[in-house]
Amino acid sequence: MFSFCTDPSILPDWQWFACYLTSATHLDFYRAFGVVLVLLAVTAPVALGMGMAGAMALRARFLPLQWLGKGYVNIVRGVPDIVFFLFVPIALGQGIEWVMHQINCPDWDQPIRQGTDFIVCREAKVPPVDSPVWMRDLYAFGMAVTAFALVFGAFVANTLHGAMMAVPRAQVETAEAYGMTRRQAFRRIVLPQMWVYALPGLSNIWQILIKATPLLFLLGIQDVVYWARELGGQKTSIFTYPHPDWRMWYFLALLCFYLFLTWASERVFGWLGARLSHGQATAAGERQRRAAA
Amino acid sequence: MKKLTLGLILAAMTATGAYAQDTLRMGSEGAYPPYNFINDTTGELDGFERELGDAICARASLTCEWVINDWDTIIPNLVSGTYDTIMAGMSITDARKEVISFTQNYLLPEASAFIGLAGTEESVRTGGVIAAQSNTIQAGYIAETGANLLEFATPDETIAAMRNGEADAVLADKAFLVPYVTDSNGELAFIGEDVLLGGGIGIGLRQSDTELAAKLDAVITEMKADGSLNAMITKWFGEEQPIFE
Repeated sequence: MFSFCTDPSILPDWQWFACYLTSATHLDFYRAFGVVLVLLAVTAPVALGMGMAGAMALRARFLPLQWLGKGYVNIVRGVPDIVFFLFVPIALGQGIEWVMHQINCPDWDQPIRQGTDFIVCREAKVPPVDSPVWMRDLYAFGMAVTAFALVFGAFVANTLHGAMMAVPRAQVETAEAYGMTRRQAFRRIVLPQMWVYALPGLSNIWQILIKATPLLFLLGIQDVVYWARELGGQKTSIFTYPHPDWRMWYFLALLCFYLFLTWASERVFGWLGARLSHGQATAAGERQRRAAA
Repeated sequence: MKKLTLGLILAAMTATGAYAQDTLRMGSEGAYPPYNFINDTTGELDGFERELGDAICARASLTCEWVINDWDTIIPNLVSGTYDTIMAGMSITDARKEVISFTQNYLLPEASAFIGLAGTEESVRTGGVIAAQSNTIQAGYIAETGANLLEFATPDETIAAMRNGEADAVLADKAFLVPYVTDSNGELAFIGEDVLLGGGIGIGLRQSDTELAAKLDAVITEMKADGSLNAMITKWFGEEQPIFE
């Protein structure tokens, strides 16, 4: 990084640290923070979408759809997250390759499972055999987003379903008395008002999602926890920057990062809550009305 | 001999014509110097296995790409096809051979050693708490002695556990431990004699990849014969490391 970094072993302290903290591995470490933020930014809307679909399925009047929704929500909520994170990428990855194999190589005469090996023809590999590294990284990241969205979507579905039920029944009845169809009443009355009831639950799920991001490491993505452990461990003189066990400092930095994220999201949710409560027939809405009066 | 191996390689290459241009993905752990580690100035995988793997790929006319994977899932991810080979200081054992296959060894069976704080009694080897990386031959060895085994996911954590008193000693490959002892200015020391474990280190492969195994095997034979493998071993491990005859 800096011109004086050619031989760190003879540098005074501050220069040594300047070089150390800008070494190639540290740059990877800083990038990993970005990966966590991108994961959160992508997963949250996808999980919200999954949750909305799940909630719609839960209140569907078409019974099989309702069963599907109930099955999804209850299975995912009941199985430990870590099992899902190990299961989804493997099962989904092999499932996709199996389908591609059936489409692309109908003449293949060997079994797909040979002992412990999972073998599909060359054309069925996903991502393709010769894809560059960034495409493989993107694929792994997509798998991670899918796993996170599946798990957290189930929790969101349940929260949203509860929120839809919490919108006062009298309002829906009034809408029906005005001649709105069930669908119109849902879109105009329930959907805009349910968020205030969903918000505490959603903020809870968001915080759990933040805390769950270190599970990325399980999915083979080199996230902040991987790098903190790798960089903090003792480095012998075989390395350019030898140092004793500094894991404590690295994990302390992670602690600060996650606390900051929690603090920032708490503020955003506080602001959202105040906005959504405006004019609502809830305790918070009533307080706002009295304060204004 | 050389002509024969060359012929073998040619035969292997023509047999797998369609695959000759494919990228070979090589899995490694990147946490076990000097076998494999992440170079802190380049951010790339470095070490004996990186250099050897690149040389093997060059000789076999393969394009290779390194993938870093943690030790605990390194075999499952090979089997499910995340990468095609393992070069991660993995000893050839019968238990592993049930799941994956190996090329011939590129490192001879080598010494494992116990280290502990200087002055640790030799009796801890059989009666104390010994830290070892999980799923290694060293962990398997401790499990069969009277000592208590304390397992960790990364080799570095075993050293940290011994330093803070959680374990009395660490058992690992001696080549990995030597820098820790020499760097510590007498704080750490080897405890007792070395033990000889395992059947040498080889490249791990899926059992169905027999053509690739033959191809890599031929290159390793060639590198053993012309002395280039021995030179590499001495470069990374020093004069004391056993080399091929």
